[in-house]
Amino acid sequence: MSSAVHNPYAAKITAVRNWEKFFFSIFRGATYFILLCGAVVFGHIVIKGSKTVFRLTPPFINVPFLTQAPETLNVFERDGKKVEMGDKEFRAFRQSEEAKAKAAGQPAPVFKPETYAYSAGGIFPCIVGTVLLVLGSMTIALLLGVAAAIYLTEYAVQGPTVRAIRLAILNLAGVPSIVFGLFGYGMFVMFFGWDTSLMAGWFTLAFMVLPVIITASEEALKTVPKGFREGSLALGATKWQTIRKSVLPYALPGILTSSILGIARVAGETAPIMFTAAFASSDKLPWDVFRSGGSFTQGLHDFFFQGVMALPYHIYVVSSKIPQNEYTERVQYGTAFVFMLIVAVIATASIVLRNKLRSRYKW
Amino acid sequence: MVTANATAPMDNLSAPATTASRAPYVPAPRQFAPGNTRTIIDIENLDFYYGEKQALFDINLKLEEKRVTAFIGPSGCGKSTLLRCFNRMNDLIDGTATKRGSIKINDVDISRRDVDPIELRKRIGMVFQKSNPFPKSIYENITYGLRIQGVKSKSRLDEVVEKSLRGAALWEEVKDRLYESGLGLSGGQQQRLCIARAIAVEPEIILMDEPCSALDPIATAKVEELIHELKTRYTIIIVTHSMQQAARCSDKTAFFYIGRLIEYADTRTIFMNPSNPQTEAYVSGRFG
Repeated sequence: MSSAVHNPYAAKITAVRNWEKFFFSIFRGATYFILLCGAVVFGHIVIKGSKTVFRLTPPFINVPFLTQAPETLNVFERDGKKVEMGDKEFRAFRQSEEAKAKAAGQPAPVFKPETYAYSAGGIFPCIVGTVLLVLGSMTIALLLGVAAAIYLTEYAVQGPTVRAIRLAILNLAGVPSIVFGLFGYGMFVMFFGWDTSLMAGWFTLAFMVLPVIITASEEALKTVPKGFREGSLALGATKWQTIRKSVLPYALPGILTSSILGIARVAGETAPIMFTAAFASSDKLPWDVFRSGGSFTQGLHDFFFQGVMALPYHIYVVSSKIPQNEYTERVQYGTAFVFMLIVAVIATASIVLRNKLRSRYKW
Repeated sequence: MVTANATAPMDNLSAPATTASRAPYVPAPRQFAPGNTRTIIDIENLDFYYGEKQALFDINLKLEEKRVTAFIGPSGCGKSTLLRCFNRMNDLIDGTATKRGSIKINDVDISRRDVDPIELRKRIGMVFQKSNPFPKSIYENITYGLRIQGVKSKSRLDEVVEKSLRGAALWEEVKDRLYESGLGLSGGQQQRLCIARAIAVEPEIILMDEPCSALDPIATAKVEELIHELKTRYTIIIVTHSMQQAARCSDKTAFFYIGRLIEYADTRTIFMNPSNPQTEAYVSGRFG
């Protein structure tokens, strides 16, 4: 009779066990709640945005939305039906209608369209602008940030000064992005006279992510085993040789991991660029400056010192226009969806790069 | 009874891992170089500080060329600190300072302003407690020291790789996998790779900071054999926690205790006939 054996390990229902279950369910509930919120936000944008970006008929992607500049949408009634036309198309249409009426000897037809700014055409200049802003500012932020992190961890004498510098850097991370925007406006746009330009936007965004990059780079550098440094120095390497050959390569994957977060932030911030780099609309693409007939150096100068359109600012512009209706909604959600995709693509690219580096420099 | 007690630990000392046939009570026979050898490192009245804390007190020591000198003593006695003074690795720690005395290597005071620690370290190799091959190929590990000195000739590097690996008794084991990661080697092989890396730059002196503390007895025996071979060409200073190891592979032994040099003599004397009671207590296993 096995039941006759006394089981000292049998489960006992005690207060401790009940608390255990209670807290466990709270933790689990919190996690699921966060997951749900994320799913709702993403799902909403993906569902609404994909209506703009994708098509049910070949080529299945709304190519003009991705390749054209924004236009004003004209909506008017014709033969009892609502007709939607972009600005260029509408003007051509009106001209041809007027010409037709003239030829027929009738009075010119009058169209009274409702207009919605930026609700037709596409968002190509914004995509280009955002990619340029991300690439430029991340390059600047990584160069400055990694250099500063190397100095702070490898060269500087650890003491009150370095502690104060670290504290200042951490504080910088807490500064609201609009303050960075105003700083960039005062410093780069006004004082340096760079005007609303890529350069001003790059530096403003770079300064905004610098604290993240510096802190994470320092952590990454600290995880490189001391033995690598000592081994190298004991062979008569200089500090810089040691850092370049035996420290930095092994810290790079960690640095890249942090910069992935930086990318999402740089791409997404609106406040820092609205004063420094972003145009609500621009009829030129960034590389058009090279076609203006000037010398290459002039073109290069113009390239760096021109404002661009950017996705987050575009979302802000189209979302703050009145009135809001089904016509404006399309471009709002479409832009948000494309924006998320682009951040995902850039982040994925850095993750792939990081994993490559990691497998190459693993220890 | 008293004699038996006093000599009992000697039994262990005299049984090297490689050969069991040696007679008891006698540490492994050493071939001392005939005649007087030259002093290569001359330490005079050295006081060394970590910040406010004094780590070494009035050290006076003359180390001989092409000999193996062992530093023994309990943890925290300053033996590693002293070792790291020789190639100025302590410079890397903020707040360290030599406040009195000097270390002369080949009659040059190495704390002089015109002594470049980088040049010094090219001449004084170091092997660490935890084997630290770079996560690169074996070939790149060996050539690291030469490459940072600007050597680019492939044939010269190839030659050095083979010579150093042979010198570290590792060539036969790794010659077919020179381009594989040094981390793929076993612990003992990794430590010998680090020794090969150190001798690739042809130093005069090799400092070994507890090179076998993380190795199993067989790997330890191999490294010890290697030390025995290397001393014909290099001056070797080895810090060790293992008294058996000091007895097996050193010519001279220095015993440290709480930052002071207690006794320095031929290894045989230290283990068989120490003049200081503290040394006697330590080597017979009564403390430390």
